[in-house]
Amino acid sequence: MAGQERVHTRRDDEEPDDAPVPAAPSAQQRDADVDALLDEIDDVLESNAEQFVRGFVQKGGQ
Amino acid sequence: MSVRRVMGIETEYGVLQPGRPMANPMLLSSHVVAVHAAREPGRTKARWDYDDEDPLHDARGFHLQRASAHPSLLTDDPARPAPSGDGPLEVERPAVEEYEDPGAANVILTNGARLYVDHAHPEYSSPEVTNPLDAVLWDRAGELVMLSSVRALMSNPALPDVTLYKNNVDGKGATYGTHENYLVDRAVPFSDLAARITPFLVTRPVFAGAGRVGIGQRGEQAGFQLSQRADYVEAEVGLETTLRRPIVNTRDEPHADPARWRRLHVIVGDATMLEVATYLRLGTASLVLWLVERAVAEGGAGGALAAIDRLALRDPVGATHEVSHDLTLTTRLELVDGRRLTALEIQREYLDAVRSAIEHVGDEPDEQTADVLDRWGSLLDRLAQDPASCAREVEWLAKLRLLEGMRRRDRLAWDHPRLAAVDLQWSDVRPERGLYHRLVAAGAVETLVAPDQVERAVAHPPTDTRAYFRGEAVARYAGQISAASWDSVVFDVPGAATLQRVPMRDPLRGTQAHVGGLLEASPDAASLLAALGA
Repeated sequence: MAGQERVHTRRDDEEPDDAPVPAAPSAQQRDADVDALLDEIDDVLESNAEQFVRGFVQKGGQ
Repeated sequence: MSVRRVMGIETEYGVLQPGRPMANPMLLSSHVVAVHAAREPGRTKARWDYDDEDPLHDARGFHLQRASAHPSLLTDDPARPAPSGDGPLEVERPAVEEYEDPGAANVILTNGARLYVDHAHPEYSSPEVTNPLDAVLWDRAGELVMLSSVRALMSNPALPDVTLYKNNVDGKGATYGTHENYLVDRAVPFSDLAARITPFLVTRPVFAGAGRVGIGQRGEQAGFQLSQRADYVEAEVGLETTLRRPIVNTRDEPHADPARWRRLHVIVGDATMLEVATYLRLGTASLVLWLVERAVAEGGAGGALAAIDRLALRDPVGATHEVSHDLTLTTRLELVDGRRLTALEIQREYLDAVRSAIEHVGDEPDEQTADVLDRWGSLLDRLAQDPASCAREVEWLAKLRLLEGMRRRDRLAWDHPRLAAVDLQWSDVRPERGLYHRLVAAGAVETLVAPDQVERAVAHPPTDTRAYFRGEAVARYAGQISAASWDSVVFDVPGAATLQRVPMRDPLRGTQAHVGGLLEASPDAASLLAALGA
């Protein structure tokens, strides 16, 4: 995925301290970030969404 | 004071055979479980020990007659599908072989979890842990257990392909549960517990909801809501878990010494993929329970409880639906005392009450407790000011961000099947297919536990609860265990006159500190039992 703006790659692998409080990005920046994610997801999303959704039938549970 | 208490999560996974919507879900679920039984041949022998189970005992003080119970409530009889310091007890060896229903597949994993078929779903019941971060770890381990079933079935041409989803709805009316369990001091009267936790449970989807495409039990109305489970909540308090689902479940089956503890069985929560969501769901609930216990045990929490008691909702069931349907987080809920507060304001009241009780007690909170408090406060602030900034931590916002992006880019209305597909595929346990996992790979969500820690938790139990004894016993003496449950392990030692049942009525014993040395020194079950009986 060359040339794309990637969102944060930081992750907290160790201790759950110092919760990140990201500075608020602009609406444009947010749209660009989401578009980059959508590009990733387009590749794996069920190609026949309608059939997948219709076929997702579960019996009841608790 | 602390977020620490004995807790655990049970998750029923959605199960599909790709391309075959009519496939029998019980059969598919049995295959999911059987993969693990087959992998560890010595362990297929261990049955679930139902002797201490009593699913019809109601916390309000009565006992439901078996004949009048809905069949789905009879969870303690496999023939009809639906160490506390005491020494081992002798149990008569059965004259005939125990009935083994092939559909009632059941495996006790070496991490102390139970993997089995519950109703029409494979269920992973995590081992007992003592804190919310460990709850995340062994909950994530459950995802890997399910993933390994998917891989094994996909690679075996003689068995059906199965895909598994960590969600709670199919969008056609069916729901399946993710239940949280918390051990609570028995001294807390059940009615106080129910009354004081209800407004908390009703409003916590603002940070704990997984998000759902579709509104109404069958998704009758197009749109998005905060919670998977909210539309299925139909009662305030009750014993049922499969119909007339209540906000507070009254099943009084503590799986521990009932004179000391009750188990709060929370059935209204969503399965969450985001680790922060799982962590805070359990961490904040544990703090609210601490507050409620504190008032009883030590005669008051510095007046903090009075504020909680004033939060009683006029219509808790209606409020559950309202909170979930309000993406703006501004809907005001009517309180019994006439006030009208938003879900965020009610959560803020709980946070303030916990903080003031902590000040009253004067102890310094431990590290994890301080972290839960900081995150809870930070999220409530940011959800009020700029909800989009919470998309790395709050699952419904992480999901909504994708959905809104797709709606904008592709000009889709809320009833477009691609949006429903995103919602379902979100929780596919396969990293290459699950959309949540794509976000992790892109660094778009925060994680709390490292992959190697999760791998370890798949094979090994927590060291600080009785799950340690259960998991280690299964790992070490597999062929000599005839049954096990949350609060027992039954050994079948060749040559012994009877079976021997080791009760574990105290969840905080049987830990590594308690029995680790004993296990190391016992090469077989006979020597372990001799040492325990001494």
